[in-house]
Amino acid sequence: MAGLELLSDQGYRLDGRKAVELRKIQARMGVFAQADGSAYIEQGNTKALAVVYGPHEIRGSRSKALHDRAVVNCQYSMATFSTGERKRRPHGDRKSSEMTLHLKQTFEAAILTQLYPRSQIDIYVQILQADGGNYCACVNAATLAIMDAGIPMRDYVCACSTGFIEDTPLVDLCYVEEAAGGPQLALALLPKSEQIALLEMNSRLHEDHLEKVLDAASKACRDVYAVLDRVVRDHVQEVCTLLGE
Amino acid sequence: MAWVRLSEAEKVYIAHGVQEDLRQDGRSCEDYRCIEVETDVVSNTSGSARVKLGHTDILVGIKAEMGTPKLERPHEGCVEFFVDCSANAAPEFEGRGGEELGTEIANTLYRMFNNESSLDLKALCISQAEHCWILYVDVLLLECGGNLFDAISIGVKAALFNTRIPKVRILEDEEGSKEIELSDDPYDCIRLNVENVPCIITLSKIGHRHVVDATLQEEACTLASLLVSVTSKGLLTGMKKVGKGSLDPESIFEMIETGKRVGKAVHVSLQEILNKEESLGKQRQKVGFLG
Repeated sequence: MAGLELLSDQGYRLDGRKAVELRKIQARMGVFAQADGSAYIEQGNTKALAVVYGPHEIRGSRSKALHDRAVVNCQYSMATFSTGERKRRPHGDRKSSEMTLHLKQTFEAAILTQLYPRSQIDIYVQILQADGGNYCACVNAATLAIMDAGIPMRDYVCACSTGFIEDTPLVDLCYVEEAAGGPQLALALLPKSEQIALLEMNSRLHEDHLEKVLDAASKACRDVYAVLDRVVRDHVQEVCTLLGE
Repeated sequence: MAWVRLSEAEKVYIAHGVQEDLRQDGRSCEDYRCIEVETDVVSNTSGSARVKLGHTDILVGIKAEMGTPKLERPHEGCVEFFVDCSANAAPEFEGRGGEELGTEIANTLYRMFNNESSLDLKALCISQAEHCWILYVDVLLLECGGNLFDAISIGVKAALFNTRIPKVRILEDEEGSKEIELSDDPYDCIRLNVENVPCIITLSKIGHRHVVDATLQEEACTLASLLVSVTSKGLLTGMKKVGKGSLDPESIFEMIETGKRVGKAVHVSLQEILNKEESLGKQRQKVGFLG
């Protein structure tokens, strides 16, 4: 992009981060009382809220029920005021539907669905403010919300986006870096087993660079894991203290 | 909405409590639950506010966009309301499930603001019949624990108070072509006068008495409710009866009186909070959803 230096000669990005540095992550579990599980996450200026209902009986038509595992039902929506220009619809557009599908795939891979046959788990995520890495923030928030709901998972699911500019992989892209249109890789990782729950790449990238970018992305996901783990442990400790245990 | 189902005995228990002016949570009939208001929570909006009233959780974001004034009102800008009942609040709202309730609330807001005094729309005009500011007031329902209308109207007022619209000037050159110039200073902006912005007070008739700020349980045994929108001076800008039951005229007058009295008190405490938050300025620790 003309006139915009995404990575300076000194190795700093537009917002002053190094190439492999994440944005500040702040999160909280148990935001709402009525839902079974809920979590809120801030990754820099991207803010996401996730709510989990279930596992419960299948809502609507029973034909959707699976006899051997639970149905994971997701909805991704963005607040109309979350983007720079106002959005007309919070959900139901093509981008949101795609995102919904991605989330469903990611969490079907992570949740132990076979423990709850003929039931349904609802995961609703909402972007309150969008500044790049929406998918990743949603996955991270949903992971915390599922844990808050006490639904067993194989592992945490940690997601992080990675770009590739001037032969350097940049992790956790912000909106300006995303909009520049370079290659972009979204990775959702199960950090303990190093299994990939979702991998998606936009634009084109030379095959030789792929390994480098993938390595940077999984390193970033493990960094996200460290932060999320801290949040979960703090939350559990707080809850235990309140219960007097 | 997370509807609750109550047994007959529970309904009688609540109704008897209301009769004695003592509700389940220890409030009297004219008491509100504790209201938490925080403004400026979403930084890419012109103004935003989050309101928490019991378990009801509302986020309001206002975006100012440039557009053309309506033909019949060339000197004025306009305000558009949109209410998104997100699936976060209840699984029933998934997909298009929340649209009906969202439209109902948005239409109520339109009606409450449909008068000359609520907002000075002339201040939103940039150039007559050509350019004006359109304020998109978007309400996001995150959790409902009863009394949605009141919480939303409080959120809208707080967000309007928080709204800052950049100042623009119209430059005209010799050939008559116009150009819009945005002020260089980001702090050079218009604030809205929210003195006459109404708040909605919902009065729910339970048994022979009426209560304000009903919880979900109380809403479940409400016969009918009356929404009144009251300004800080106690003027009524709108009224609406909702619910399945019917009300007799006498009790409506009683309810209006209560609504005015309670409404004034709500406005006073809301303004106090907003002024206090404003005076802290940049030093204020933003809590948002992390607190």
